[in-house]
Amino acid sequence: MSKQHVTTQINGNSVEFLCETRQTLLEVLRDELHLTGTKEGCGTGDCGACTVTVDSKMVCSCLFLGVEAEGKSIQTIEGMAQGDKLHVLQRKFTEHAALQCGICTPGMLIAAQTLLERNPDPTEEQTRYWLSGNLCRCTGYNQIIHAVLDAAKELRGAKS
Amino acid sequence: MMSEMRFESPQTLEAAVALLSGHNGITKILAGGTDLLIQMRGGRVEPTLLVDVKSIPELTSISQNNGAFRLGAAVNAMQMSEHEAFAQSWPGLTEAAMLIGSYQIKSRATVGGNLCNASPAADSVPALIAAGAIATIMGPQGIREQKVEDIATGPGKNSLAKGEIVLYFTLPPRAPHSADAYLRFIPRTEMDIAVVGAGINLTLNDKGICIEARVCIGAVAEKALLVKEAAAALIGSTCDESALEKMGAAVSAACRPIDDKRGTKAYRIKVSSVMARRAATIALNRARRTH
Repeated sequence: MSKQHVTTQINGNSVEFLCETRQTLLEVLRDELHLTGTKEGCGTGDCGACTVTVDSKMVCSCLFLGVEAEGKSIQTIEGMAQGDKLHVLQRKFTEHAALQCGICTPGMLIAAQTLLERNPDPTEEQTRYWLSGNLCRCTGYNQIIHAVLDAAKELRGAKS
Repeated sequence: MMSEMRFESPQTLEAAVALLSGHNGITKILAGGTDLLIQMRGGRVEPTLLVDVKSIPELTSISQNNGAFRLGAAVNAMQMSEHEAFAQSWPGLTEAAMLIGSYQIKSRATVGGNLCNASPAADSVPALIAAGAIATIMGPQGIREQKVEDIATGPGKNSLAKGEIVLYFTLPPRAPHSADAYLRFIPRTEMDIAVVGAGINLTLNDKGICIEARVCIGAVAEKALLVKEAAAALIGSTCDESALEKMGAAVSAACRPIDDKRGTKAYRIKVSSVMARRAATIALNRARRTH
């Protein structure tokens, strides 16, 4: 089967890859580019574990074809920490024990980051609605919500 | 072994139509992919040509001409909600699109896709029909217009011919004292498929009498139903309690639902009138506030 050549940006770096037309962005990230931070949960857009951003909009990478990434800018969990320095959201997730098995965490972090970029001071309700497409079967969600709201508070403090 | 799938992302309508009509195999149009990629993954459809229409400007933009909005068929729900003038003119249609899935899904899912995928429970379709939207369709024979209520014909089936693409929807200019609303019933607050959906669009005169109304209900038949008897119950009234009661009764009478895991037939028939009355009340209050 002939492969398609795709040129894209991933976490700020120019990346070129070859993929089959049926391959999802999730499969390309994990199997071709070995960026395995993005997880597969359901594969049908219900669980949000594979959330990445494409041109700053969050999408399920299992419902996005690799070939659609041509010319787009993608962010995955691998682009969140700056070297050894964790992003505030990552630090708050560990402080609040907002994870257990960790499968939902990369998607949850990307989704939380897009929320805080749009709304630096979300209410608990807004946060719960924004993250309603990210399922977690370990935490019961409260720690995740606390971590996101605490991160938002710290980020607001850092700016003022 | 699956056959090879060709992927094309044409920049013009003409190129898209030529691709779709010139291919002897299974062709599919890719807009947001939130239904199609799941169907492909499940092996329910194995296209040999996939045409991504998101590079075609007519399909991906919202524009306004003499007060009439033109909504590109591949505009996603987030784009609609972020277009302030559109969301203000058509709050019901915008709310309906924003009820579809998570924010990840709303960033991809399109109204054209929701319509052509032809799920009887599609949220944006009753709102689009209530709005009186006209679809502009392009195919090998040229451009034609069709009422949205005549496009989906049954679960997974639509009336488009080979090579045809829905380009955009034209919404009528907003009259004074006119507004829409959409409500759906699901057993939770988010991330579910409609048990019943109800879209209402109405116009009042200066005295508060309803002079135009369209009522459309979803998930209660093989496709969304435009219920003219329900609209007739509102027209000429102030949409008082007795008019709403009659409208609700007409909605229930039009339902021909199935029993499934989301709700029984009897339950859907009963809830449809409740949803329609509540949606009408929201539309009414909005219409009273607009000039």
